[in-house]
Amino acid sequence: MPTINVSQAIGEALAEEMRRDSRVVMFGEGVATKRRDLVQEFGDQRIRNTPLAEGIIAGTAAGAAATGLRPVIDLLFAPFICFSMEELINSAGKLRYISGGQFSFPLVTIAMTGCGWTVGAQHNHNNEAWFVHSPGIKVVMPSTAADFKGLLKAAIRDDNPVMFFIDMPLSYAVGEVPAGDHVTPIGEAAIRREGTDVTLVSYAKMVHTCIAAAETLGAAGISAEVLDLRSLKPFDEAAVLASVRKTGRVVVVHEASRTCGVGAEIAATVADKAFDALKGRVLRVTGPDAPAPSSYALEQAFIPQAGRIVEAARSLVGR
Amino acid sequence: MADSLNERSPRSLLECMMLIRAFEEKNAELQAAGKAPGTCTSVGQEASAVGVVRALEARDLILTNHRSAGHLLARGADPGRMMAEIAGKRTGYCKGKSGTLHISASDLGVILTSTIVGGSLSLATGVGLSLSMQGGGAIVACFFGDGAACEGIFHESLNLAAVWKLPVLYVCENNQWQAFVHRRETMLTDRLSTRAQAYGMEGQSVDGNDVEAVFGAASRAIARIRETSQPFLLETYTYRLRGHFEPDDQSYVDPVELATWKAKDPIQTARTRLLEQRAVTEGDVDAMQARVQQRIDQAVAFAVDSPYPSAEEVATDVYA
Repeated sequence: MPTINVSQAIGEALAEEMRRDSRVVMFGEGVATKRRDLVQEFGDQRIRNTPLAEGIIAGTAAGAAATGLRPVIDLLFAPFICFSMEELINSAGKLRYISGGQFSFPLVTIAMTGCGWTVGAQHNHNNEAWFVHSPGIKVVMPSTAADFKGLLKAAIRDDNPVMFFIDMPLSYAVGEVPAGDHVTPIGEAAIRREGTDVTLVSYAKMVHTCIAAAETLGAAGISAEVLDLRSLKPFDEAAVLASVRKTGRVVVVHEASRTCGVGAEIAATVADKAFDALKGRVLRVTGPDAPAPSSYALEQAFIPQAGRIVEAARSLVGR
Repeated sequence: MADSLNERSPRSLLECMMLIRAFEEKNAELQAAGKAPGTCTSVGQEASAVGVVRALEARDLILTNHRSAGHLLARGADPGRMMAEIAGKRTGYCKGKSGTLHISASDLGVILTSTIVGGSLSLATGVGLSLSMQGGGAIVACFFGDGAACEGIFHESLNLAAVWKLPVLYVCENNQWQAFVHRRETMLTDRLSTRAQAYGMEGQSVDGNDVEAVFGAASRAIARIRETSQPFLLETYTYRLRGHFEPDDQSYVDPVELATWKAKDPIQTARTRLLEQRAVTEGDVDAMQARVQQRIDQAVAFAVDSPYPSAEEVATDVYA
């Protein structure tokens, strides 16, 4: 299996889907500048630069999606989506319902977020939960190069608006990526490490931190299972519940702020549907309710570190 | 049928305006009687809707907003299904899920109706992009008000449409009111079409209360779009004769200004002109009014007799 980085995996997914389906177009701030290979192969009608105007980028995508195209838009950094909320939430997310099902919105919005590049709160905001809470929208946030490719291909083929978040420090992470038509279905979690004592549920960059924590726990004789959600909406409820039923203990980990984060929904679902299997409290290890800092030292304090995850897991297991 | 898409005779335009007026006044009457939800009417703006919509071809698309009754009816929408939608009934154009504010009828090419002020502007470029890439020569007419022209998305939309050469007819129905605020409090631009030049597109303002003038201006604008592959900004200068929504006592409206515009009522204007030209007789107009009234009565009966959606439909149509 070829080993490539996340940026290349995204490029492969885009090229393969554009080759497969002439309705796929891509536009955004600098996409034609950065992806010359795609412009060369597919022409400047299908790969377009746009003005720095996130509202009209998203609105154009919504209008085009409803009338026969399948746009992929790049809004660069997740906080910039604030300028696109009207178009993504009120148009792409609601006009299918409002119209009684007359329209569909096959569009993918790509944005980067996450601590690690010290870019600060106006370029880094893990706002994925906003979209999880908004009707009519799907949300994915991959952790491996293979899933960046597979989930982007699935998102492009989906007939609904999909938010595709790139955890920034993963942008050049390398991994084995199947060549050719590798599709990761939206809504399916992956078990990254099997275990029997505690389940660590996370997504994006935090999956790797959970794996590191699981290794530390293993050395202490605690067997941790690491579950990578991959899709946040819909999330793989069956996989989460199956793992929690097996281990009886769960720690939910994400970098996004704690209050009403994705972890709150996971915790509530576990409490609701697997209460009888629980041997302890449901714990969350998350970023604080604060804007993302830019100082390296503060960023590291913001990010859930493996040590905190180990501590939480040990408090549940009792050793 | 008098309001079919290809009917462009002056008397057909008049009858269509009469239908819109009767439809909206009936809704207001039902609301006042506590029998229907409130609506945002376009009373006074009928010439703008009919003049532009009737200048379009069947292949063209329309984006509208919360004041949509004129655009829909001019396009040939069934008043019964519209009234059913307003009443939240299963037989409405959107299965009762839109209500009055955002009625789409995709089989008529009236798509993606958004009640967010400026919503149609943000979607128009995407629809224009699809049409442009399909290459069939169709255009999209995007209706919005002077209020939306104050939104940032107005700038973003016109700019991108011009840069990408998208076939969009921007129709600013300048009705002088932005919800409860008069236009003079929000902008110094006297004629909004002058903004077109800043984006590198053509623009024109037209008397929005003269249906034949609107029809002529829209026809020329549409021809220019098809010919040049450039968007066009058409301003129809008109007036919202009723309130922002029903009920609204318009206590904030200057009575002198209101009276001035009532004297320029687009339906009276067209009717007087056609009578003077002997294009119609009083008898013809009476017959039109009778036909309109019959259609409205049928529409009300249809809406009243229609069922509500079932509770199971509350969370359907969310995802494709």
